[in-house]
Amino acid sequence: MSIAEKFVSMEYGPAPEDSKEANLWLERHGRRFELFIGGAWHAPASGEYFDTLDPSNGEKLAEVAQGGVVDIDAAVRAARAASTEWQALTPHSRARYLYALARLVQKHSRLLAVLETMDNGKPIRESRDIDIPLVARHFYHHAGWAQLFEQEFPGYEPCGVVGQIIPWNFPLLMLAWKIAPALGTGNTVVLKPAEFTPLTALAFAELCQEAGLPAGVVNIVTGDGSTGEALVNHPDVDKIAFTGSTEVGRAIRSATAASHKRLSLELGGKSPFIIFEDADLDSAVEGLVDGIWFNQGQVCCAGSRLLMQESIADVLMSKIRDRMGSLRIGPPLDKAIDIGAIVARVQLDRIERMVAQGVAEGATCWQPQVVLPSRGFYFPPTLLSNVHPTSIVAQQEIFGPVLAAMTFRTPKEAVELANNTVYGLASCVWSENINVALHVAAQLKAGVVWVNCTNLFDAACGFGGYRESGYGREGGREGLLEYMEPSWFKHAPPLPSATLPTAQVEERLEASMPAIDRTVKLYIGGKQARPDSGYSMGVRSPDGRLLGEAPLGNRKDIRNAVEAARKAEAWAKATAHNRAQVLYYCAENLSQRQGEIVHRLAAVVGEKQAAAEVELGIERIFSYAAWADKFDGAVHNPPFRNIAIAMNEPIGTVGVICPADAPLLGFLSLVMPLISMGNTVIAIPSERYPLITGDLYQLFDTSDLPAGAINIVTGYASQLLKTLAEHDDIDGIWCYGDEATVAAAKAMSIGNLKQVWTNEGRAIDWFNTKLAEGRWYLEHATQVKNIWVPYGE
Amino acid sequence: MAVDHNHPNLARKSAADVASQEQPTSNTIAMLGERQLLSNSGIPLDLNWLQEVRVNTSAVERRAQTQVARRTVKKEWQAAWLLRAISCMDLTTLSGDDTDERVRRLCAKARHPIQQNLVQKLGIEELGLKVGAVCVYHTFIETALNALEGSGVRVAAVSTGFPAGLSPLAERVAEIRRSVEAGAHEIDVVITRAHVFGARWQALYDEVAAFRQACGAAHMKVILGAGDLLTLRNVARAGFVAMMAGADFIKTSTGKEPTNATLPVGLVMVRAIREYAQQTGMAVGFKPAGGIRTAKQSLDWLAMMKEELGDSWMRAELFRFGVSGLLGDIERQLEHYATGRYSAEYRHPIA
Repeated sequence: MSIAEKFVSMEYGPAPEDSKEANLWLERHGRRFELFIGGAWHAPASGEYFDTLDPSNGEKLAEVAQGGVVDIDAAVRAARAASTEWQALTPHSRARYLYALARLVQKHSRLLAVLETMDNGKPIRESRDIDIPLVARHFYHHAGWAQLFEQEFPGYEPCGVVGQIIPWNFPLLMLAWKIAPALGTGNTVVLKPAEFTPLTALAFAELCQEAGLPAGVVNIVTGDGSTGEALVNHPDVDKIAFTGSTEVGRAIRSATAASHKRLSLELGGKSPFIIFEDADLDSAVEGLVDGIWFNQGQVCCAGSRLLMQESIADVLMSKIRDRMGSLRIGPPLDKAIDIGAIVARVQLDRIERMVAQGVAEGATCWQPQVVLPSRGFYFPPTLLSNVHPTSIVAQQEIFGPVLAAMTFRTPKEAVELANNTVYGLASCVWSENINVALHVAAQLKAGVVWVNCTNLFDAACGFGGYRESGYGREGGREGLLEYMEPSWFKHAPPLPSATLPTAQVEERLEASMPAIDRTVKLYIGGKQARPDSGYSMGVRSPDGRLLGEAPLGNRKDIRNAVEAARKAEAWAKATAHNRAQVLYYCAENLSQRQGEIVHRLAAVVGEKQAAAEVELGIERIFSYAAWADKFDGAVHNPPFRNIAIAMNEPIGTVGVICPADAPLLGFLSLVMPLISMGNTVIAIPSERYPLITGDLYQLFDTSDLPAGAINIVTGYASQLLKTLAEHDDIDGIWCYGDEATVAAAKAMSIGNLKQVWTNEGRAIDWFNTKLAEGRWYLEHATQVKNIWVPYGE
Repeated sequence: MAVDHNHPNLARKSAADVASQEQPTSNTIAMLGERQLLSNSGIPLDLNWLQEVRVNTSAVERRAQTQVARRTVKKEWQAAWLLRAISCMDLTTLSGDDTDERVRRLCAKARHPIQQNLVQKLGIEELGLKVGAVCVYHTFIETALNALEGSGVRVAAVSTGFPAGLSPLAERVAEIRRSVEAGAHEIDVVITRAHVFGARWQALYDEVAAFRQACGAAHMKVILGAGDLLTLRNVARAGFVAMMAGADFIKTSTGKEPTNATLPVGLVMVRAIREYAQQTGMAVGFKPAGGIRTAKQSLDWLAMMKEELGDSWMRAELFRFGVSGLLGDIERQLEHYATGRYSAEYRHPIA
């Protein structure tokens, strides 16, 4: 076709990015890659390799080593061996290495972008303009944290050896999100790239060599799910960071339950995209393009559930269909392509199957007239309307370019629909009314809220989910905390195993006049309640004397307590000042009853400890009353014109297994930080002295604590823990006990992936104020929600 | 048309549906998707519509930024697009030191925007390539008409007290009449920005309608003065009022404001044109003016037109660049395409 003809047709024509350099790079490696362990390349012990394909045409790009248990072991050893030297470096030295990595990513940016697109199928525009620049930005930002580590985190130390498993949707970006904070805080790393997309991680290994990174600080072991499993199960790994599916996240939680491995999980999502009638609709439609038609919709935070106000539904749907019609789908190396290839046949099959299922359930499917390339794995942009919350396409993650559209009537209903999901990763709110937008943002159960924008990411801002979207954050100060621990805690001694005193010869209380029986009950919804079981448990002094009887709570009592706690969620909305007032009042009332409580507690822990527990207990309550309005969030500084608010929000309803060694002070040390931050609590007091419940509820009843904010169920922790940990309406569990108890809490929490925080079976000195209270507890009592609010006129 | 004021959007949509069912006529000047559009004859001022205007500046800026990265044309397609950019140019001289001779030079360039040997190398003799129009002050209309006689290049005159537009209304209207009488094919008028700041939409509508009437058969391009209006919402509202009052084109700027044609401003205006077309079935053209100096910029603007409005808005009938310096860079790029060597400015005849 001549130029004159093209002058008439005004078509785009092809604009291919040259893959020559990337292919040369592959050729230089003989299209075969080994494992990067201890700074050198090693053949896999199995001798096996697997193919990695170009999803845009199905052709083999290279073969990659299948790492196994032996290779993982070698990699973990290398990481462990490198750990001492790496930690011994000054923060400034580590900062220099990270800075070098950032520079190298920039210097080789085009090779990395082209490789990423070839291996993954994403449009070159995205890998070139989004993925790779964010990779460099992540290393720059964390070079800064490396530099500031000692100043900003005194008393903390790195976890040690970190196992990291990353997904295929943003291969190098997820590597950066994992490796940069790990190295910046002094950890060494074994990283397993996704099976479908290992190439850029291997190219990154070369950059590590070029940067002169000490051998073993970064190890890259390619392989499949079994390789990841070997990494998760390796006994010498201190932390696992995983990004991927919720199902695998569950398996990892379960597999690591009996270990001290720290865990951060970034899992699936079904993120709502809410458009109000007063939104800039054309811009909101572009937001959707960046939301669900970004990276072929293979984005954990994709705005896959469109919620639109009824009044604009028709107009909006028409605009969306028009816009879908101008999306260009085709070979991802073309610079003018919007939608590239789906990563693999199996993923394409899954998308096709789910869309078919959605249609079978009554959804209307609309796709623009597009011609898909004859080879490779492609799926057209898809709009499903007539979708209801009950539809599978509204509930389950499709991980494809498929938008499910629903309507709402009021802001209240928008929030209700948005939160009607087991996930809680991200969300979008479009409205030109800042009152509406922030009102809704505050109520969304999601780790990220984008107001009038979509899928903005930055190293300075935390990213991560609520609910079954995982726990922990990546990016920002909040993300860094995942890779370090307070030194005192890391080196705390194990909790000595304690046995409850057994009954001695039964003695009767001798008195001429019998004392009035003092019956302790459960405390549920602000009321004293008899246990469902109708049984009691004997409570004895260390020498076996019967001190009294506590109600024997069971699963129904837990159920009732959780319901009461849920109903008390207004506590979270109470002002921080108000919460502080209530806590101060608790302290005041505890002080009033000091004498009698010390007297009773002394029978269990002795006079001296009892006095200390009450005295320090008053102080502890004061501390958390003080903290209530001072544990501020932050305003991050991403390189955009916006306000990125990192808000500390309560986790929600939290179950607490209280420590046995300090029946009163241990209870207050855990429950008070939670309450101070606006959580509601179901506490199981120590079996050693559950009678403390009677003193506690008198305290709470007289202190204006709203009914249900704190609920106390006494009983055998081993039994109640199971119900608590398995309860799907509890958002978190704090379990303080011995190794076995803590492991059980973790293992049983996988149902709704509730956040688990434990003492790792270690002894905590509740009488040492420096260790037993403060920010570390508050950080666990809250989760960070990042709200992005662009501005400009 | 019965308008339910609670749901003006819906009411307009149904009106649009009715319009779309009308039989195609030979008066169709553009297509928006499947829809045939007529030239703009204006509609009564619709204040509800103005009240519904929502523009989120950050989101518009982001779209403008990423759109440029989402689309590109290469090789012979790029050459074809650059030629198209030339055909959509309003080659402009609006300086205090303009003379008849200066205008004649410009017109000579307008007839032969690229040198003959390049035309042959590109194999585009059959296109008879020329710019869309020459844009001058009233004083030079006659000069330009004479210089362009028989070329098919149109003559546009800036009018209505350009660039400030603050002379008495009667004089501004008379100025249009004089230019039309002098033979100008197109009149570029400026709005009273104060009407926008004061939200005096009726006054603005009446002003543009008066201009429209004075223009008669001449094409009217309405300059919004986006660089003065400053907020994108103001730009959108002013654009809608101009279209309602019968503008054939809406134009970003005079070229004399602190900032001129930026992509975000352009995006807001083309979205307004699209909505107006959807609601009324009438097509309004778009002219970015000022600050467009590179071949790459011209491709970005053309891509924006293609993406937001479609191919109909990539023709001189509905799209113009108001430029003085762009052509030189396009010539160099075309020579580079034709020879493989980078070119120099002095190798191309100036206007």
